[in-house]
Amino acid sequence: MNKTKNFLTSQSFVSCMASFLSILFGLLFGLILLFLFNSEFALRGFNKMIATGIGSSDKLAKVLYQAAPLIMTGLSVGFAFKTGLFNIGATGQYTIGAFCALTAVIQFQMPWYIGLLAAVIGGALWGAIPGICKAFFNVNEVITAIMFNWIGMFLVNLLISNMPKMIANYWAGPQSDRTASLAVANPSGMIPKAGLDKLMGSNYMNISIFMVILIAVLVYLVLQKTTFGYELKACGYNRNASEYAGINAKKNIVLSMVISGALAGIGGGIYYLSGTAQYNLVKSLLAAGFNGIPVALLASSNPVGTIFSGLFISYIQVGGDAMQPEFAKETIDIIISVIIYLSAFSLLIQEIIRKFIKADKGNVNAEQQNEQPKKGNRK
Amino acid sequence: MNVLATVISATVIFAVPLLLVALGGMFSERSGVINIALEGIMVIGALFSCLTLKGFHNSGFGVEHPIFAMFLAILIAAISGAIYSLLLAFAAIHLKADQTIGGTALNLIAPAFAIVLSWTLQGQGNTTIMIPNWVRITQDNFGITKNDSFLQNVIFKNFYLTTPIAILLLLISIVVLYKTRFGLRLMACGEHPQAADSVGINVYWMRYAGVFISGCLGGIGGLAFTIAAGSGFESSVGGYGFLALAVMIFGNWKPVSIMGASLLFAFFKVIGSYSASIPFLPSFSGIKSGEYIYLMVPYIVTMLVLVATSKKSRAPKAEGIPYDKGAR
Repeated sequence: MNKTKNFLTSQSFVSCMASFLSILFGLLFGLILLFLFNSEFALRGFNKMIATGIGSSDKLAKVLYQAAPLIMTGLSVGFAFKTGLFNIGATGQYTIGAFCALTAVIQFQMPWYIGLLAAVIGGALWGAIPGICKAFFNVNEVITAIMFNWIGMFLVNLLISNMPKMIANYWAGPQSDRTASLAVANPSGMIPKAGLDKLMGSNYMNISIFMVILIAVLVYLVLQKTTFGYELKACGYNRNASEYAGINAKKNIVLSMVISGALAGIGGGIYYLSGTAQYNLVKSLLAAGFNGIPVALLASSNPVGTIFSGLFISYIQVGGDAMQPEFAKETIDIIISVIIYLSAFSLLIQEIIRKFIKADKGNVNAEQQNEQPKKGNRK
Repeated sequence: MNVLATVISATVIFAVPLLLVALGGMFSERSGVINIALEGIMVIGALFSCLTLKGFHNSGFGVEHPIFAMFLAILIAAISGAIYSLLLAFAAIHLKADQTIGGTALNLIAPAFAIVLSWTLQGQGNTTIMIPNWVRITQDNFGITKNDSFLQNVIFKNFYLTTPIAILLLLISIVVLYKTRFGLRLMACGEHPQAADSVGINVYWMRYAGVFISGCLGGIGGLAFTIAAGSGFESSVGGYGFLALAVMIFGNWKPVSIMGASLLFAFFKVIGSYSASIPFLPSFSGIKSGEYIYLMVPYIVTMLVLVATSKKSRAPKAEGIPYDKGAR
């Protein structure tokens, strides 16, 4: 009895419930929206949105394929949130990571793991800049990150334009505005599929989702179980207090951003080393990095929760693609953002859930309550 | 000389949206609410004002009374932006939600909503809303004969009603913020809400007002951006809301500095876009796609200036913290 109650009022359970409630209301809102726009197809469209992801194994493969970079950028944003920073620069770090990975693999004909390593370094470097500006020059990390998103994108375009070997038409491909297909340029640069592609019947499937899950668990362990992670979080809660306690806050701010950047960089590496994506020379920022923000928010920045929120968002995005042409696939974006808007009140919802559970079993454990110091008030 | 005229007029037209939106952000943050939703507010303002313009065009009203129609569109932009911003205000002020999260959600909703709505209104896949060409103010509107003089080129090359309105709003902002009771109280709420409350200022109300003003200015800024971009409304404002946020920080939360910052940024941006036609700039002939170098310049310059002046940078003290009456 006591155990169940402790579990039911535990922070992770309650915040999980809050997320579920947000999702539920978001989906309901989406259903209403579908009826408003096109009532004839609304139910069929909603069904497609909900059921496509598990409808067939190749759709499931697509969900996993899209989820991997989403989870990585979600981890990146979430890690920064945990340490009190807002990393809006995940898209820049993602782009630089993708570029470094592709350069290693195409230009220098390295195998895929070297490509991923290059992505880590590139992302970390791009993350370090806002960290350094924040720690040593007192420039808000949000503004630096925004600036370096654009600088990164233009820099990548400039560099790729000047490396003829990188571009598809060097390898007898038709396009000159995107990087070469890995299958032609360097098959060993592709992330191994380990037979999963045949198992799932989809070319999209590779081992990246498993790597991502491993990384997420690793990040969780670092944040929760090590002194290093504790110091990073302490700086996020209160920089002055942690400095007073002997923590080098400047170093920790830079390190947080380096790690956050590296995580986003891996996301870019994983996506573009899959062999099914080519980097386009675009003039607008990649959405992939920004999508990490809702993924992190939905999971309350919990690294393990990020796995599930990334899978969920990827899942309904695949469903959204199947809703076309009756509905614009952006309907999904509205639903996701309503969910995020609701989860902004998560503290409020969590309070309500707690009260609800307590009211249910309050009488039984009333004595227990008085003995313990109030934990709930300190978050 | 012609290139110079082009650069000057293009700088002004790109500076206008930055100025308006950054001023909006300033009002919100001065009242204590971080308004990261500026990007979304711009999209909503641009969406509804462009739809209005399109409606005026189709009904023939716009061609007959171009300036009045444009004025109404600007009004619509302000109102729609303000209403949208109330979603942020409600979450941030009454529900004490995390302001960054609420703002991010609003940024996500706006472009998706714009695509879905314009898709519903204009038919499948047709998401661009064209801006009719009568919105540009020409020499005819003043009864001046057209000639190729420098002055006329500067003024009339890109002259839209948003420019004089932006200048007017800048002046009003300066007066309101520093010379009126409302402005001083607003700033007090961003610095020390408890102290403000103790002398009888309604902090919640002031914060609503700050966000509301930022919504008005952000909405107009969205329309101004769409005009400056020139290719019609495509459900996005190209990251200008975030840039405006940067300009606001760059301008140190002060109206005049914000104007300077937006002009500086716009100038380097225009230099980047017109680099090929400006004779004295190096052309980097040994490098392919050298234009990317110029496209990076405005961002790098902003960063350098920020790093150099950061010691003086001072954000409103209480921004981002939900006001809790009971807190000490």
